[in-house]
Amino acid sequence: MGTAQPWQVARCPTGETGRDLVATYLIRRISTLAATLVAASVVVFLLLAVLPGKPAQVILGTQATPQSVAQLTKQLGLDAPLWRQYVNWVHGLVTGHFGNSYISQLPIGHQIAQSLAVTAPLIVLGLIIGLAIAVPFGVAAALLRRRGAGALIASTTQIGIAVPNFIAGLVLILVFAVKLSWLPASGFVTWSSDPWLAFKSLVLPAVALGVVEGAVLSRYVRSAVLDVLRSDYLRTARAKGLNRRQALVRHGFRNGSIPVLTVLGLEIPSLIVGAVVVESVFTLPGVGTLLLQAVANRDLIVVEDIVMLIAVTVLAVNFLVDVSYRLLDPRIGAAR
Amino acid sequence: MSVQMADLSPDPAAVELLVPGTRLSVWDRVRHDWSLLVGGTIVVCIVLAALVAVFWTPYDPLAVDPTQALAPASWHHLFGTDQYGRDVLSRLMGGAKLVLFSGAVSVAIATVVGVPIGLAAAVRGGVVDEALMRLVDLVYAFPALLAAIVLAAAVGASTLTAMSAIGIAYIPVFARVTRSSALQIVSSEYVLAARAYRRSTLAILVRHVLPNIRSILIVQMSLLFSLAILAEAGLSYLGLGTPAPAPSWGRMVEEAQDYLSNDPLLVLWPGVFIAVAVLGFNLLGDGLRDILDPRLRSSR
Repeated sequence: MGTAQPWQVARCPTGETGRDLVATYLIRRISTLAATLVAASVVVFLLLAVLPGKPAQVILGTQATPQSVAQLTKQLGLDAPLWRQYVNWVHGLVTGHFGNSYISQLPIGHQIAQSLAVTAPLIVLGLIIGLAIAVPFGVAAALLRRRGAGALIASTTQIGIAVPNFIAGLVLILVFAVKLSWLPASGFVTWSSDPWLAFKSLVLPAVALGVVEGAVLSRYVRSAVLDVLRSDYLRTARAKGLNRRQALVRHGFRNGSIPVLTVLGLEIPSLIVGAVVVESVFTLPGVGTLLLQAVANRDLIVVEDIVMLIAVTVLAVNFLVDVSYRLLDPRIGAAR
Repeated sequence: MSVQMADLSPDPAAVELLVPGTRLSVWDRVRHDWSLLVGGTIVVCIVLAALVAVFWTPYDPLAVDPTQALAPASWHHLFGTDQYGRDVLSRLMGGAKLVLFSGAVSVAIATVVGVPIGLAAAVRGGVVDEALMRLVDLVYAFPALLAAIVLAAAVGASTLTAMSAIGIAYIPVFARVTRSSALQIVSSEYVLAARAYRRSTLAILVRHVLPNIRSILIVQMSLLFSLAILAEAGLSYLGLGTPAPAPSWGRMVEEAQDYLSNDPLLVLWPGVFIAVAVLGFNLLGDGLRDILDPRLRSSR
């Protein structure tokens, strides 16, 4: 290649261009995602399939005759070899035919769709509240770190991290529902019957979810902002005469897109998992409640379906975040 | 002289003097002393409470006494009693044992499996490294709490089940931390020297690598301990962790929930204990990191 000129596009020592590297990266990342999904589905399926209690027995109760149990087992397709059951299950998941609950006989797809009408808005609200807390407090904690205020914010978030979301939820119920009676303590009406009341029922759960998440994330935001503040390019910008604010706006925020992505990537999975707990505190009929009921009733097909649904969502979010990192900042992952 | 000071003393003031351009923040400085002190105190208190609870609690934590149900705090029952008349203080003390047990189980699993994986990946490198890290990535992608729910559905809820799931879910963290810090040690000159003396790989790992990454692992263990406490509390609250009569703090919150409006303290006490215990192990972890690994101090 001769001597490198400053205007020449940087080339990898192996001769690959940037485009090749991105393609290799994407292929690699997609195959990891696929492998993770397959592994997770096999583990979930096997764990729940090799259980001692037979689903047909559970459905028919202890009074059932062996013949009727055998007949129902055949009807449910549970007499087939394990691998065939697994293939059928995955096929159903992929094509959207989730099957019927063993216990209630209701179609699982329908139940999940109904509960998503509660869980999805809850997670979105929680996300907004979490970010509304994390970004300003994290930035303030970083900028004011040499003053008392920064230390105060940092120690408050340290306490916020330690509070489990179900305790936060119960404290919110105690203050805003029991003492002040501003908002409903639990339950949910459908969106179609009373949208305002439905929204109000989601406020406290979303705050419980978002506050704790916001505390965790504000620490990431703080250290991300500190990294930017300590960066060479910001020092250069200051050296060429920009004041701190100008330097931050022109150079800091643009580079700050990566920390924001990190924050989203961390926040969404933990909000999804956190919603399971918070829904239980506020007795909301969401996906988490459906899952816990299914666990309690040993309605294993519902457990399998919901666990895979959550796992797919979380893995997809992680995948998107990783890929956009790589596209935003080619240095990341280039070494791997 | 100055080099010696920098090596031996993790005192921030000294670092500031010796390394021009590093000014530690108020928070970093306060934290340096306080997080270790506060965190250490909390952890010692929990351990003491658990130790005492092994031999003595004011009442039997499981003893039901309907005549004393929902009694307010008094000299007989310092924290009052729950709806079955069980002494809350005794149950909180019993809960401290469970906290230590659940933390120990998950930390033990994550360490005992994760550290050897990380060491093997660092020492062998190549295909072994690649394969182990891909495997670790698979586990890492699956949310810990979801793993615990699946395991509880499969084999039934118990403290051991829940904490095994949490321990397994954090194997990747220990494997990765071990691998990346062991890689630095393995490529150091004293390991090269040890190789020249024909020391076995195992001997090098035991004599050189492990002692050098010990501090980083201790920090991780302390942080996982706090995560385990949170997970145990959450799972027990959901009915997927420690089962009914045992005095788990999360379980106590769940049982007291129906009495929230009449007797909020019944919910708040175990809630406060959970938060303080988590805070304690978090602070201890942060404080230890500051002392054991000064390079990380200013950035986090």
